[in-house]
Amino acid sequence: MAFTLYSLIQAAILCINAVAVLHEERFLSKIGWGVEQSVGGFGDEPGIKVQLMNLIRSVRTVMRVPLIGVNSVCIVLLLLFG
Amino acid sequence: RKFHSYYQLHFNPRARAAPPAGDSVLFDDTSSAPPVMNSQGFYTPGHNMAGPPNDMHGGSAVNNLFTDPMANAAMMYGSSIANQGKDIVNKEISRFMSVNKLKYFFAVDTRYVLKKLMILMFPYTHQDWEVRYHRDTPLTPRQDVNAPDLYIPSKHGFHYIHFTGWNGPWFSPEVLGLCASTALVWIIIEVLIMLLSLYLLTVHSDLSTFDLIAYSGYKYVGMIFTVLCGLLFGSDGYYVALVWSSCALMFFIVRSLKMKILPSISSDSMGMGSNNKPQLRLYITVATAVFQPIIIYWLTSHLVR
Repeated sequence: MAFTLYSLIQAAILCINAVAVLHEERFLSKIGWGVEQSVGGFGDEPGIKVQLMNLIRSVRTVMRVPLIGVNSVCIVLLLLFG
Repeated sequence: RKFHSYYQLHFNPRARAAPPAGDSVLFDDTSSAPPVMNSQGFYTPGHNMAGPPNDMHGGSAVNNLFTDPMANAAMMYGSSIANQGKDIVNKEISRFMSVNKLKYFFAVDTRYVLKKLMILMFPYTHQDWEVRYHRDTPLTPRQDVNAPDLYIPSKHGFHYIHFTGWNGPWFSPEVLGLCASTALVWIIIEVLIMLLSLYLLTVHSDLSTFDLIAYSGYKYVGMIFTVLCGLLFGSDGYYVALVWSSCALMFFIVRSLKMKILPSISSDSMGMGSNNKPQLRLYITVATAVFQPIIIYWLTSHLVR
């Protein structure tokens, strides 16, 4: 399995796209992973599920706009160069 | 134990002279000393375009660089512009990665490298695995053999990439780039997975990204040893060396990371680290350790065919 740097970039873009398409109210709340269920108690140690939900929400918030640009560039490049 | 190490730091007769904490612990950076320009007004009319003022004989030194004060002012202006440019470059670079933190990892010396290599290959006799601190900052690798460094992993990483080019007695450089990027990608994957798992389990340790890169780069030492044995002694030697370096590396990783990830008894009175299923942290350390021989085998098996 020989990895090139380009395959790493491709995998990263695909993973971030996958996280970005998880819709908040249509999907995540239905399976109990919505953001309103993550405000737990005020102690320490929020737990894995809460951390994961926070991570998903923050990735979606941060990467939404750059992903538009990156995906457009990828589409154009793949159309041009195969 | 902290007191013991503090005592050791100051009164150990075999230690090097204890440098003060801070930047001068690492190494003296003499490249940024500004050039000394002392123009004392000695003026020899027959002497044009003197060199830099580095010959001081008693009192009759020629200290004016140029006979023309305008050129003198222009040169001072130019050197101040150069200093500003250097400051700007330093500031930009230190926005992305802290150069001081990086310098910490390369402050090694021969004694540390030899001891660390011996620990990596034979960690079963090493007693004290805790990283010593000096007033809340971790000691440099020069003073503490348990501290992670980046010199050994990067050096052995480059050696490994060099080895992948050899096919028998002939050197074929085409595969170098592919193997280099493969190794880099595996390091990135491993560090990302470690960071993700440390974040998800809210482990409040002081393992920075560079520490994780260092710990995952130590497998290159085992890899090179394995490849060498495989090339010298054939396929049997390869498997023996693989088993030996895998066991040593697993032991080393578990003992080193245990100190940092698993909650220590005297750390926190609130029990902050121990309520979220402490066996998950154990799983992380063990999984990291088990991952190493898999990667070693994966990355070196095609070299010893």
